Amino acid sequence: MTATVGTPALTAWIREFARLVAANRDLLTELDSAIGDADHGANLDRGMTAVRKALDGEEPGTPAMLLKRTGMTLISTVGGASGPLYGTAFLRMAAAAGDAGTLDAGDCARMLRAALDGVVARGKATAGDKTMYDALAPAVDALDAALAAGRELGEALKAAVRAAEEGTAATIPMIARKGRASYLGERSAGHQDPGATSVTLLLTAAATALADGV
Amino acid sequence: MNKLINDPANVVSDALRGVADAHPDLRVDHEQRIVYRADSPVRGKVGLISGGGSGHEPLHAGFVGPGMLDAACAGEIFTSPVPDQMLAATKAVDGGAGVLHIVKNYTGDVMNFEMAAELAAAETKVAVASVVTDDDVAVQDSLYTAGRRGVGVTVLVEKIAGAAAEQGRSLAEVTDVARAVNANGRSMGMALTSCTVPAAGKPTFELPDGQMEIGIGIHGEPGRRRVPTASAAEVAEMLVGPILSDLDFTGGSGVIAFVNGMGATPMIELYVMYHEIATILAKAGVTVARTLVGSYITSLDMAGCSVTLVKADDEILGLWDAPVRTPALRW
Repeated sequence: MTATVGTPALTAWIREFARLVAANRDLLTELDSAIGDADHGANLDRGMTAVRKALDGEEPGTPAMLLKRTGMTLISTVGGASGPLYGTAFLRMAAAAGDAGTLDAGDCARMLRAALDGVVARGKATAGDKTMYDALAPAVDALDAALAAGRELGEALKAAVRAAEEGTAATIPMIARKGRASYLGERSAGHQDPGATSVTLLLTAAATALADGV
Repeated sequence: MNKLINDPANVVSDALRGVADAHPDLRVDHEQRIVYRADSPVRGKVGLISGGGSGHEPLHAGFVGPGMLDAACAGEIFTSPVPDQMLAATKAVDGGAGVLHIVKNYTGDVMNFEMAAELAAAETKVAVASVVTDDDVAVQDSLYTAGRRGVGVTVLVEKIAGAAAEQGRSLAEVTDVARAVNANGRSMGMALTSCTVPAAGKPTFELPDGQMEIGIGIHGEPGRRRVPTASAAEVAEMLVGPILSDLDFTGGSGVIAFVNGMGATPMIELYVMYHEIATILAKAGVTVARTLVGSYITSLDMAGCSVTLVKADDEILGLWDAPVRTPALRW
């Protein structure tokens, strides 16, 4: 397990996430129309477009600077619930990255765990609430388990993506208890959660960009 | 999608340009998307700010002015504003007596206002209090959800707390008044059609001919149940019944009865509804002390209406009657 990731790989991750959000903008909005207010795709795309522009300027020097800039930009541009939730996730990742110039696989796992803790603290969601937590929590657990079993970071991230996908699919029959979907009660069942879906895109982007290390 | 817009991406900015042109006694910060009363901050007065997703006009910018809000933060359509906006507004309207945030109970609004309050505490000495409105009886099982939605009562909270602030009451007193109005207010809404979010370009939900949604929110999020369309008298029963069974509205000095259009329902239908509602209230022994009929908290081009009742005492009615001078509410 030798892979380490630096600022360029993390930048590639964030850019790939922006690309996936743009490509899936209509899907996310479609999912949100069924149980929310039809803005998740447009909001996240607006935020990630702003992040991409922010990264086009001066290159951040460290992973923490990159992650902090991403988080602050999302908080300042997204609005809704996903702005504070994704923003807090990136700010917590920045804090977890500390001053390090490169991160090893264990650092990456701790970083994603910190993101999950941030989402929990901000959104007060738990398992089964039909939120982004239902994709992020199993993904972080899968990442930890894969690394503990001696897998390389790339393999571990693939396992995290599979767990996120399964977690997202598992939101379909759930009855929402948080966010706007919660106001539907039982009528929220039968629809895939848009937040869990976008979290899966975040992890898919990580598997693509971080797998090879730098 | 047939709409009077230039570009779906610029609807909010373009509308704020119109607000600035139409209302010289407001000041608009186009960069931050904040509408201020021109003379803010008012020295010694508690500053009132609200805000939320756009698409609910005249809420909130239409209620900025003497006797009501000092500032309104405009988010994207149906998307809450961001903490930077509330923080900037908080700093700008503080006249030395603190600032009250009036927040509708929607997860995004609550989180962004919370973050703004945290930033204000970290960066400024401004005392910030907040009231979260949650008056929608359509939302059941509130133990298991994020709580009731904040809808129509928000208009009345802004008016009544605005009057209290104008009288020079303290932040704690204005906050108490705002909470009392919310605690004594209940709402229920319905939709005859979906709204169309410009960026989405198509209706948020499909409502087959002959069907309507009961218990809808203000974002086109589907209601609690879909039923065959019915007469105004029957719809009035479906809306007022759950409100009256949730809180005892008899006694006191009577109620403020607010019949609200969702954006595409004409006044003639709202008055038809008001008559049916007044008839039900009279039968139930509820005295109507004041009324408000019109489209004040809307859902873009959704057709439908909501009913809000606030149980009032003489103090609340006095604050309701106090002068107000805003684009959408003035007396």
